[in-house]
Amino acid sequence: MKKLQILGTGCAKCQKLAAVADEAAKALGAPYELQKVTDLKQIMSFKILSTPALVVDGHVKLSGRVPTFDEAKQLIR
Amino acid sequence: MVIKYGIIGCALAALWWAGYAQLGSVAHWLTYRAVGLVEGTHLAGAVEFFIFEVPKVLMLLVLVVFGVGIVRSYFTPDRTRAILAGKSESVGNVLAALLGIVTPFCSCSAVPLFIGFVTTGVPLGVTLSFLISAPMVNEIALVLLFGLFGWKVAGLYMGTGLVIAIFAGWVIGRLKLERQVEDWVYVTKPGANGLEDERIDFAARVAAGREAVRDIVGRVWLYVVLGIAVGAGIHGYVPTNAMAAIMGRDAWWSVPLAVLIGVPMYSNAAGIIPIVQALLGKGAALGTVLAFMMSVIGLSLPEAIILRKVLKLPLIFIFFGVVAVGIVVVGFLFNAIM
Repeated sequence: MKKLQILGTGCAKCQKLAAVADEAAKALGAPYELQKVTDLKQIMSFKILSTPALVVDGHVKLSGRVPTFDEAKQLIR
Repeated sequence: MVIKYGIIGCALAALWWAGYAQLGSVAHWLTYRAVGLVEGTHLAGAVEFFIFEVPKVLMLLVLVVFGVGIVRSYFTPDRTRAILAGKSESVGNVLAALLGIVTPFCSCSAVPLFIGFVTTGVPLGVTLSFLISAPMVNEIALVLLFGLFGWKVAGLYMGTGLVIAIFAGWVIGRLKLERQVEDWVYVTKPGANGLEDERIDFAARVAAGREAVRDIVGRVWLYVVLGIAVGAGIHGYVPTNAMAAIMGRDAWWSVPLAVLIGVPMYSNAAGIIPIVQALLGKGAALGTVLAFMMSVIGLSLPEAIILRKVLKLPLIFIFFGVVAVGIVVVGFLFNAIM
């Protein structure tokens, strides 16, 4: 099962990323789990420089912006 | 490919310029012919101001945000970090302040950015120079200042903003305050996170520009319109020189007071500048107004709260204190020379 993590402290962009990622994952059909990581220390363990960030199965796929729906599908697939 | 973009770009630019040049006359016609207001009345003054300024500022915003969006695609936070890591202090402060202008910055990113920088060899003072310059000297503020006051004021704002960022960061670096950073920050291991350095072609950069416009202008346009509405009201109804007493050149205490008032206020540049314009038009001194603006945008309580996660309280106070002093000095300077 795909594990999706949204790294962010809760600002509007983080919510948007979570929403887009959720929709994209649903559209792809495969079973997935979406987790929002808001604890700073945990976020920093991924070594990103800007939030929000999208992590798929432990790999950082995108950081610093909200992808389009199609982009999200590409990143999650 | 380049030719296609070149042609489309030129066509759009020509259209933009044609529209922009006509704004004044269109606003005049709309106010006095179409709506039929009487020239010289308060209402007419306010309405003409509004009709003229709204499209003008929005057009400028779109243009500049688009351009800066493209420039930013060249300066990702990671590349900025790589440029700054290991540079000596003074050079680093200047570079950091300059890079702050073109690096995208969302205050929620302040913490990851800060940690990422200091754990990879960017000195504390240099990082802070960046953190001061990035939110304060941003293209929205510069565009609005240019659009409403001309290039001199915009240039002054940018120049003094940079000087404050460089100076404050350098001073804090000299004070050797590394122990005032929360301990857990330095324990965070730096390193590659697996994100490949994306090779971006020009089409993607243009897309980044368009995305920036959609994102930024989309978020900010309402504040701009509201700010201009307030500004229009002040412009039309408040008597000239009404502000001179409280914000004028002779009221020396207005500068520190303006900075103090600005701290708890948090606004994006878009909302505050049209109001600032109206105040200036009513006799407020340029230095006081600039100081107020910098204080509102650059010293924000929300940002202090966010930074509290990585900086101990003494450093936060010193940080804000040094920047505030810088802003006050700038304010006094301008009241003295302008």
